[in-house]
Amino acid sequence: MFAIVGTVPDNRFPLVEGKVKLEQDMVLIEGREVPVNRGTPALIAAALKACEILDISGPTVFLVGDIGTGEGSRRLYEYISNNLRHREFNSITFHYLQPDVDWHNKVLFSIEEMRHRPLLIADAGFMYGAKMSGLANSYDLFTPDAGELAFLADEEAPHPFYTRGFILHEQNSVPELIVRAYRHKNASRILVVKGKKDYIADEEGIKAEIDYPYVEALEAIGGTGDTLTGIVSALLAAGYEILHAALIASKVNRVSGFLSNPTPATKITEVIQYIPIALKEILESERSYYEYR
Amino acid sequence: MSILKFFKKKTKKDQASLKTDLGILVFHNTSEVIRAENILKEKGWKVRVMGPPPEIRSGCDLVIEFPLIEELNILRILEEKGITPMDVVPENSPLLKPVDLFNVKDYGKFLMVRAANMKLTVEKDTLIIVNISGGGCPDVPYLAQRLIGKSIKEVPEPRELGHTLCGYALQLAFEEMKRRCLP
Repeated sequence: MFAIVGTVPDNRFPLVEGKVKLEQDMVLIEGREVPVNRGTPALIAAALKACEILDISGPTVFLVGDIGTGEGSRRLYEYISNNLRHREFNSITFHYLQPDVDWHNKVLFSIEEMRHRPLLIADAGFMYGAKMSGLANSYDLFTPDAGELAFLADEEAPHPFYTRGFILHEQNSVPELIVRAYRHKNASRILVVKGKKDYIADEEGIKAEIDYPYVEALEAIGGTGDTLTGIVSALLAAGYEILHAALIASKVNRVSGFLSNPTPATKITEVIQYIPIALKEILESERSYYEYR
Repeated sequence: MSILKFFKKKTKKDQASLKTDLGILVFHNTSEVIRAENILKEKGWKVRVMGPPPEIRSGCDLVIEFPLIEELNILRILEEKGITPMDVVPENSPLLKPVDLFNVKDYGKFLMVRAANMKLTVEKDTLIIVNISGGGCPDVPYLAQRLIGKSIKEVPEPRELGHTLCGYALQLAFEEMKRRCLP
């Protein structure tokens, strides 16, 4: 049982909790349809595609409409804070929510009161809030891109918008920024940094680097980070250990991107349809590798 | 260590350091401060008038504390009423400035500009926005929905539609894109 918490860009969308289905390019929840463009719907769609192959049930989703005013996010924060302690999830993935330190802390308090502490995954706005709160190391997994990693590495910055130039500068390599993020306790137990080369790291250092296949156009496509977070969430729900799940998710995300033969104008839905093929292929190749050994 | 224990161990200094999601609006004079406070409170914002931190050496003796993430929204509301703060800074680190580094990638037919965590991609021939990626605040998917498929010559600017610092970063990428693509 895993959960996904996030927003959709429609102020009229009410706060809903429930199981989700994917039909064509739409996520269906509680009788409502949400288009899979990017953001949390893309994360959910990627997780559902991965669940098909992993043969596990899909996530319970907590969704609300928010176009950036934060009103929807605050209602969802309140709902989660009041209700999580009575639930059982193996993992919870927090996504596009308005960063808010007070509400973030209330949510973490309520998680502390759950009977079994779930694995905690954070990306996007909720990850910003986690870093701002000084409690990043309460999380098991963050999935930043290079720009967000620079923000995590900058102990002063309250948001990526204020990341200092000497840290953001491209001369700083990702491994250096990872070290800096851990030194200031602004990183989760495991980090997956997505980019030209994906890095998987923990406090001791880089655990894996994945640079194949490399498809330059993917950087421009909105939602490619969301799909990575969705795939890794499903793998964790299927019982994979975090480092292993991160490694598989990174490979699957890259292969899905490659198979979609994208241009910088490609939509994320075109990438998501290749996730089942990519995941099957990666899991098969792992199996053959272990059998060979 | 549990989070509850973590909080029990926090000192006053540590607690102050947790105010990382607040910003400060700096004004030329106190009458602007009072007007801005009234406008924002009327709109339902949680703002507070206070003395400026020592790092701020310009402006009057009062500043307004506000939720930093929603900077773009708050600046737009004040601008509509004819008030422009002389500076906006994060409360925790008042000397920080917005990013001014741009990363540009030329894909041949397409051009991508990145500002902080936001990336904007345009088809060069048509100047149509084909993708928006990065960011984490909830106005990013909203902005993408409103801007993708439209020309940078005709579309409303991100600052007119966005609300957050991610929206603000996209505005900077948008301005840089226009600077590079328009005569």
